[in-house]
Amino acid sequence: MALLEMAGVSKAFPGVLALDSVSFSVDRGEIRALMGENGAGKSTLIKVLTGVYASGSGTVLLDGVSIAPRSPAHAQELGVSTVYQEVNLVPNLSVAENVCLGYEPRTFGKINWRKVNERARRAMSRLNIDIDVTRSLTDFSTAVQQLVAIARAVDREAKVLVLDEPTSSLDKIEVERLFTLMRKLRGDGMAIVFVTHFLEQVYSVADSVTVLRNGVKVGDWAVTELPRQKLVAQMLGRDLDEVPHVDHREAIGTDVLVTVESLGRKNAMEPISFDVRRGETLGLSGLLGSGRTETMKMLSGANPADSGVISVSGIGTRGSRLRPRSPRDSIRLGIGLCPEDRKSEGVCPGLSVSENLLLVLQARRGWLRVIRKKQADKIVSEQIERLRITTPDTRRPIENLSGGNQQKVLLCRWLVAEPTLLLLDEPTRGIDVGNKLEIRKLITDLAKKGMSFVFSSAELEEVVNTCDRVVVLRDRRKVGELKGAEVTEQNVMARIAEGEA
Amino acid sequence: MKLHPIAYPLIGLALILLFNAFFTPGFYALELRDGRLYGSLIDVLNRATPVLLLSIGMTLVIATKGVDLSVGAVMAIAGAVAALLVTDKVSFLSVSHSVLLVVLIALVVATFAGVFNGVLVGKVGIQPIVATLILMVAGRGVAQLLTGGQNVTFNNPALERLGTGSAFGLPMPFVIFIVVFVLIAVFVRKTALGLFIEATGSNAEAARLAGVASDKMKVAVYAVSGLVAGIAGVIACADIRAADANNAGLYMELDAILAVAVGGTSLSGGRFSLLGSVVGAVLMQALTTTILTRGVSPHATLVAKALIIVAVILLQSPEFRASFARRKHDPARA
Ligand SMILES: Nc1ncnc2c1ncn2[C@@H]1O[C@H](COP(=O)(O)OP(=O)(O)OP(=O)(O)O)[C@@H](O)[C@H]1O
Ligand SMILES: [Mg+2]
Repeated sequence: MALLEMAGVSKAFPGVLALDSVSFSVDRGEIRALMGENGAGKSTLIKVLTGVYASGSGTVLLDGVSIAPRSPAHAQELGVSTVYQEVNLVPNLSVAENVCLGYEPRTFGKINWRKVNERARRAMSRLNIDIDVTRSLTDFSTAVQQLVAIARAVDREAKVLVLDEPTSSLDKIEVERLFTLMRKLRGDGMAIVFVTHFLEQVYSVADSVTVLRNGVKVGDWAVTELPRQKLVAQMLGRDLDEVPHVDHREAIGTDVLVTVESLGRKNAMEPISFDVRRGETLGLSGLLGSGRTETMKMLSGANPADSGVISVSGIGTRGSRLRPRSPRDSIRLGIGLCPEDRKSEGVCPGLSVSENLLLVLQARRGWLRVIRKKQADKIVSEQIERLRITTPDTRRPIENLSGGNQQKVLLCRWLVAEPTLLLLDEPTRGIDVGNKLEIRKLITDLAKKGMSFVFSSAELEEVVNTCDRVVVLRDRRKVGELKGAEVTEQNVMARIAEGEA
Repeated sequence: MKLHPIAYPLIGLALILLFNAFFTPGFYALELRDGRLYGSLIDVLNRATPVLLLSIGMTLVIATKGVDLSVGAVMAIAGAVAALLVTDKVSFLSVSHSVLLVVLIALVVATFAGVFNGVLVGKVGIQPIVATLILMVAGRGVAQLLTGGQNVTFNNPALERLGTGSAFGLPMPFVIFIVVFVLIAVFVRKTALGLFIEATGSNAEAARLAGVASDKMKVAVYAVSGLVAGIAGVIACADIRAADANNAGLYMELDAILAVAVGGTSLSGGRFSLLGSVVGAVLMQALTTTILTRGVSPHATLVAKALIIVAVILLQSPEFRASFARRKHDPARA
């Protein structure tokens, strides 16, 4: 009998049967990948297992004993440690406090802060991360926050470790570190459940795979007996179209849309210069903390730069050359940012799918010109169809959607507002293989029609296959620019390694 | 079991009304005298009016994840300004001949106070509780300074009508409230302002990145809160024909916050319901009136009120309902 056995697990939400009598098991010393499209029910299964949803039916056996976790904390006590897809840390606390939250080492009943910090440092060092753990969590990037959540889960005594898309914003190097740790824990006899949309990660770390589709279990396999193509077919229920390869268009034209001149921010980003042509997809590539997000935030006015200017052609002569001080400044110039962290910067929880989707468009039209209901419904249903967003009802709160589907709504939010330049910071984060391709196709199509993009992704392969040109960043400065046939993974890696251009 | 959020305060209100139908003789009696209705029901509405007015502004403020503690003090300021102007105690501004001007100036001052709060919160970035606490404390002080610590009494039929007159058979304050409510409700719900306010309260950073002028939204909602507090303040002083800087609007910010909470608007911001707050405010006044007419000792009134409010708020909480339902289904834990 396996260490963790779930049987007959069902969970219904109004209008959706998220899990239909699913069985799932994972054994000591096993890493099992849980795969499926966006909205297949992966996170729901994990939430039933860890007591987030109490009302699901079915049985859970841990070590042969029936358990019924009432809450994540209770599940933790029972030996199931979890990193949820929407990382739930406390932004205003320090990294150390977050790692030890609820389990602070105490001396005579008082929290021993020296030990708290010591322990957090040790937990982070297991992932080979060396940061100042006394600093506030908000000082760090999404990727580091994700690592903190992992460190926190691993720090607990647990028999089962559950990781719901822990690698969605990590770079190759961090992913490798995480895998090393996972393999070690597996060696110690831990059972690990691993959700990801990155196929190569499954093959490099997992022993076995369980596939869900539309809330139903499709099957269990050992990784070795399930080649890539077959895995994708099992997830989608159909074969995947071939990867469209962009012909890095040399003749992208000289029609410069946006010129960025020495845009910089003290202690955050060295002055950077580049331009974006009309109808071009410009990639930003670099390692974790190399300044991809920072560059986009300066351009979009979200974190205003303190030096340099941008100029936008074709918007009259007045006010087309400036340093954006707020997102509204940039939006006025036709520049929008689809941010990296959907939870803290993207989603408006409590508001409906439809309201979330129309927010940018409405903000652009101003408060008086309300989008009429009929028109709104039309736009929303078009988008839902275009990006295959699964939702029973667009008037439901957006947080009822699966993570990947929320991400798609945020992307649509910008697409319907038709900016001339859209900054996409990890737009495919948490999106499944099938949809990732769709989104890439969509970007390429829109670019052909004249829209411009700045695109960044932790996945180099994706950058290389989507972008016409790539700006390479390292240590918060630009170290190179590749175009046309030069845009290959090797070249980008080489530039990053060289450091100096 | 999931009802529309406004259902819970409505059920509460219905229960109180039902209770009175059985146990309070004459509660539903209405009498028409001199073209004006009298009775317990009318009394409830009339007494609820100040909190009703405040709760409109408070709802919008809370929807942006804020809170306005200064409304009681702003009421006092507006009342003081109106009373001083109407008695010509301000040497450089003699406008006592025009009550319209008197009221307008008082409202401008009140709105300005709201803008002050809004700038502190929206532009400077001070936490709402702290920012409005400043005016809560200082504002009453200002009102006391204005009136010199004395009640400023006046004799001006036109101004008094705002507090004690009637229109369409209903008390004038309540009629004013209805007009203000409809205007503001249409203003936020028929434009995109409601959406912008909700987006700001739900996730201010996301709203900002989406191009919503979150900071301006914040200034605007505090301004509205100041304005309605001003209206409530003028009515309150017209009602007693005096500006009482020490007591006007005292603790009323708390009643307004409660009305909003009972009405189903989450104190953590986002979705709001103006109508819910109206029901909440009426519910609380009906409760108070009922308890008082039952002859319960005044000391017990507050406790009884608190208990019932806690019940309504608990019922609104999905977590509470869930844990309640779970306990029922889980015999092991029963
Ligand atoms: N709280 C909720 N209320 C209503 N429906 C929900 C809720 N949570 C999830 N769902 C629905 O359940 C289904 C499964 O969602 P789930 O989050 O488990 O998907 P997932 O496999 O984790 O997808 P992703 O890869 O996008 O994270 C989806 O159709 C989703 O809309
Ligand atoms: Mg998920």
